[in-house]
Amino acid sequence: MINAIWVFMILAGVVVAALNGRMDLVTNAVLNGAKQGVVVCLGLLSIMVFWLGLMKIAEAAGLVQSFAKVLYPLARFLYPSVPKDHPAMGSIVANMSANMLGLGNAATPLGLKAMRELQDLNPDKQTASDAMCTLLAINTSGLTIIPATVIGLRLQYGSANPTEIVVSTLLATLLATTTAVLLDRWYRSRERKKWGESK
Amino acid sequence: MMELVQIIAAWTLPVIIAFIPAYAYMFRKIPVYETFIEGAKGGLPTVIKLMPHLVGMLVAVSVFRESGALDLLISALNPLLIPLGVPPEFLPMALLRSISGSGSMAIMTDIFQAHGPDSFLGKLASTMQGASDTTLYVLTVYFGSVGIRNARYAVKVGLLADLASVIASLAVVHLIFH
Repeated sequence: MINAIWVFMILAGVVVAALNGRMDLVTNAVLNGAKQGVVVCLGLLSIMVFWLGLMKIAEAAGLVQSFAKVLYPLARFLYPSVPKDHPAMGSIVANMSANMLGLGNAATPLGLKAMRELQDLNPDKQTASDAMCTLLAINTSGLTIIPATVIGLRLQYGSANPTEIVVSTLLATLLATTTAVLLDRWYRSRERKKWGESK
Repeated sequence: MMELVQIIAAWTLPVIIAFIPAYAYMFRKIPVYETFIEGAKGGLPTVIKLMPHLVGMLVAVSVFRESGALDLLISALNPLLIPLGVPPEFLPMALLRSISGSGSMAIMTDIFQAHGPDSFLGKLASTMQGASDTTLYVLTVYFGSVGIRNARYAVKVGLLADLASVIASLAVVHLIFH
């Protein structure tokens, strides 16, 4: 599906530009998009290096593990295929907590760490495992308790009550994340039926 | 209550950054600096592995947007959505949310500028920005970093979850603020 979306975006863009007689826009868009990719990577690099360093300390001090205990029952339920004491469980829980606290930039390195550890458990290295799909579903639906960036921007634009949207965001995110988890389970069971429990 | 949330939002990160090394050093006698360096080394290889994926995806998004194809899609969908209580100004943001986080953030600040953050539209934009994440980015970055080629149903689930968060935001904001 990612292949289809990718081709569709490029093809639709070129066709529309051709119809408008503005092919030069496409050339610029390619250069800008590629540049933005590198810029985003560099931006991510700084925060990534810092958080991976800090998380190593948290791990060595046993903090990740004790934090994990609180969210552990939820993680157990969401990721039944991950063994109890596997390091992936700790990273998954840390990623979940960072997302909830609205630490978007901090959540990514933790999520990537969880992904690496899930890859160790994955029998087919090219194909996403069940747990990887769940991790992705939860991260794309953005389980947030404190949307820190949005609050910051509202403040900047002179809102009389910047935190007013916390309750609505929490309700919306709960609905979206629940939907994502249910969809994840539903597509999984459908796939199982199709392949006759062979996996 | 709201001031409290605001204080929590501003304090969380600094407190975590101060607490982790202090606790590890004082109570667990961990060589914190060396441990930090050891963990931090993992950052560069991960990001380098990521770069081709990110460049590929952002080029496609940029071509789609700059060519005017995104605007066409929006104007095609508008007649369907206005009767459902979806403001036209909100649609570009809802569509862009899944493909570009900074793009939808930019539209949100546009909305703040034009209508104010405390307008219905401003609250709707804030809620949706906070309630979802950039699916294509998350997918590209997460699966790209470990070399997954076959994402199975994850793309479908991610995009449907985004649709769910748009609908949920609309419903919740209509309910609470109207």
